[in-house]
Amino acid sequence: MTSALLSINGLSRSFGGLKAVQNVSLSVPTGSLTALIGPNGAGKTTLFALMSGFLKPDSGSVHFDGADITGRAPHINAVNGMTRTFQIVQPFASQTVRENIAVGAHLHVKSRPTALLEAERIAAQVGLLKQIDQPAGELTVAGRKRLELARALATQPRLLLLDEVLAGLNPQEIAEMMPVVRGIADSGITVLMIEHVMQAVMNLAAHVWVLAQGQLIAEGSPNEVTSNEKVVEAYLGHGTAARLRAAELGKARA
Amino acid sequence: MMFDAGILFSSVLNGLTTGAVYALIALGLTLIYGVLHIINFAHGASLMLALYAVYMLKIQFGIDPYLALPIVVPGMFVLGYALQRVIINRASHGKDENILLVTLGISIVMENAALLVFKSDTRTIDTAYTLTTIPIGPAMIALPKLVAFAGALVVSAILLWIVGKTDLGRAIRAVAKEKHGAKLMGIDVDHVYAMSFGIGLACLGAAACFLLPAYYVNPQVGSGFVLVAFTVVVLGGMGSFGGALIGGLLVGVVESLGGLYLGESLGQIGIFVIFIGVLLFRPQGLFGAKA
Amino acid sequence: MNAMLRQLGGIALFVAVVACIPLFTKSGVVLNFVMMALYAALLAQAWNILGGFGGQFSFGHALFFGTGAYIQAMAQLQGGLNPWLALVLAVSGSAAIGLMVGALTFRYGLKGSYFALVTLAFAEVFRILALSVPFTGAGVGLMIPLAESFANMQFASRKGYLYLILGFVSAALLVTWWLKHSRFGAYLQAVRDNEDAARAVGVNPFTVKLGAIGLSSALMGAGGAFYVQVFQYIDPGIAFGPGTSVEALVAAIVGGIGTLWGPVLGAVVLHVLADITRNLFGQLPGINMVIYGVVLVLIVMFLPRGIAGLGATVKSLFSKKGKP
Repeated sequence: MTSALLSINGLSRSFGGLKAVQNVSLSVPTGSLTALIGPNGAGKTTLFALMSGFLKPDSGSVHFDGADITGRAPHINAVNGMTRTFQIVQPFASQTVRENIAVGAHLHVKSRPTALLEAERIAAQVGLLKQIDQPAGELTVAGRKRLELARALATQPRLLLLDEVLAGLNPQEIAEMMPVVRGIADSGITVLMIEHVMQAVMNLAAHVWVLAQGQLIAEGSPNEVTSNEKVVEAYLGHGTAARLRAAELGKARA
Repeated sequence: MMFDAGILFSSVLNGLTTGAVYALIALGLTLIYGVLHIINFAHGASLMLALYAVYMLKIQFGIDPYLALPIVVPGMFVLGYALQRVIINRASHGKDENILLVTLGISIVMENAALLVFKSDTRTIDTAYTLTTIPIGPAMIALPKLVAFAGALVVSAILLWIVGKTDLGRAIRAVAKEKHGAKLMGIDVDHVYAMSFGIGLACLGAAACFLLPAYYVNPQVGSGFVLVAFTVVVLGGMGSFGGALIGGLLVGVVESLGGLYLGESLGQIGIFVIFIGVLLFRPQGLFGAKA
Repeated sequence: MNAMLRQLGGIALFVAVVACIPLFTKSGVVLNFVMMALYAALLAQAWNILGGFGGQFSFGHALFFGTGAYIQAMAQLQGGLNPWLALVLAVSGSAAIGLMVGALTFRYGLKGSYFALVTLAFAEVFRILALSVPFTGAGVGLMIPLAESFANMQFASRKGYLYLILGFVSAALLVTWWLKHSRFGAYLQAVRDNEDAARAVGVNPFTVKLGAIGLSSALMGAGGAFYVQVFQYIDPGIAFGPGTSVEALVAAIVGGIGTLWGPVLGAVVLHVLADITRNLFGQLPGINMVIYGVVLVLIVMFLPRGIAGLGATVKSLFSKKGKP
């Protein structure tokens, strides 16, 4: 039984009257590639923010590699090996791709020339080598997503929190990105991704958690989760599962 | 240092009358911030220009400051509309810092152009009523200050009516809340921006007419008012009209009492301390929304 | 690596060329012009560190200038210290004030317009204090007695002062160069461009910004100390007034913030402009500042990257993607 690299316990956070995250507990095993899914507004990004320290929880705890890191500042978490990306990409727009990635590399590298070289290596890894000296502001959406990923990779994380790294990409770009994510996980980095692109979830994730309205409603392998009634209802509405079953039965009889 | 009740009362009353004018100035600033989300650094310098306009109208044409209202207020409105439409709008390039810089630049130009034209002498006007004082309880309040108090409140009420009850006001509120939605509804956002800026400066025109009889003008008065106006606005809460009114009165009283206890120069520090303190510890002010 | 060395070489060349100017001319007018242009450049470079590289626009940078100036004057007058020693105190004192202001404002997350306003407020507070307190000479200001000697940091000809300011400017250039090619500089610019993204990859925005304001205020304080040595006089208006704050920031913006040579370029351009204005219009009060204000507005409207960014701005006008 692999130990949990990240475990959260009873995490809750409200904004005014809105309960964004309610009593969520989960454990991310070391070396795994897992996914967090759920309909829009379920609280997934809020959960990432709570894990990485961008938000402080109202109650509950976050443990990373055995240590209690609840509410610890994001930059300290990054130093300790947990890096997150953002759903809405946040490039350093006025700087080049190389300079962007170098900021991440500098976490472990003090020398500027070394960091810039390291940036080049990582750019190649995610397929951004051609654009390496372009200003980040000039990249396409897909390019920016890769940059976001590259910059996070450069920090040599142990746990990578990817927030919808495939959102906004066309099918070909998704097909190109998926092996990159797989490659990252294969290299030993634990990856937890928030994803809407079910193709990626089914193909990549070993374990899936489903969040709806701030609560964890199901977890399991991708197949288990997608055939879970509660999950279907969360996405498609109350009673849908029954209607789908009835439709199936109807078709079978016809 | 203990002052007797009469002096304190007088100080508070004076502070209130000044405060009402501060409130009027701040109302314009907070309207501009609330709608355009920009901090108008040129607010103080614009007030200074308005004061000179009132001064010149009196000196050259013998027009009494209060009678100058129908000239100066629309004049300042036009200035504001033009500044926003022609210069400020074009300068933003999507970044807040640029607006900051461009309004700073405008204020520098205004202040020093005034210095060039009028030299640095402090000027005052003499009217029949400049020296009249009215007794209120134990205090003697200068008549111009009382008129300023009343006038500022009346203009504030008119402003609130415009924003609250007219079509223009509805458009302004719509743009302030949701620019893109307003655009989709067919509202000419650029026009509303310029109107708001114009109204903001028009408030300064009114304030100038009320201020000059009891006060003075020189090219530097603007910078004196800028920080006070900002203090009022952040104290009351950016974008809050009620906050600007109450904040103005409060700051006026604090300044007056501060001057009483610490002398005029050091009394000013009280205002800045409030300003810095609010920004650090309660940036949304008393009534503003948390950013 | 190439860019690093190239820029370092450029700095060395610049310093060498300027250092040679007094060898070719004894004209007081020319030497004074170069000295004042370098002085303006120092202020602009100081502002650029916090404003251009750090993205924190200070509207009250005179706060640090005035602190340095007053410490330089008071250390000599009341402390009887040697001016060179006073200089060390002046620079440290300004840096200390910078760190305190930074600690207060950055701790509470002040940025953008609010930060600009607060710095303005601080400068005003100090100005009023200097005006009211007797040991700063109150409104009369402070005068240091004339005593020309190297040991006393007062020079008979402008040449001496020119080398002095050139020394400060060189230091500022080297600091700026370092910002462009170091981890700290990379972190600082990352925080400027996107603070959250920077935090996510391990950057501590607070310490980084604090470092920037410390460097910026130290250099600004050096400028204040220099002023006192050259003009042997300081008063609250000059020390903490908006004039110095504006001069520093306009020159940096006009030249191009966030660049190595922008502030120097901007300072020289504005200085030349001021000279031309003076020749055309005489000593009209305020005419200089009107021009500065107009230039600032025009630059922000049409050339927001400043003169140094001219190439990039022109290029983007012709490209389909990207905005200036």
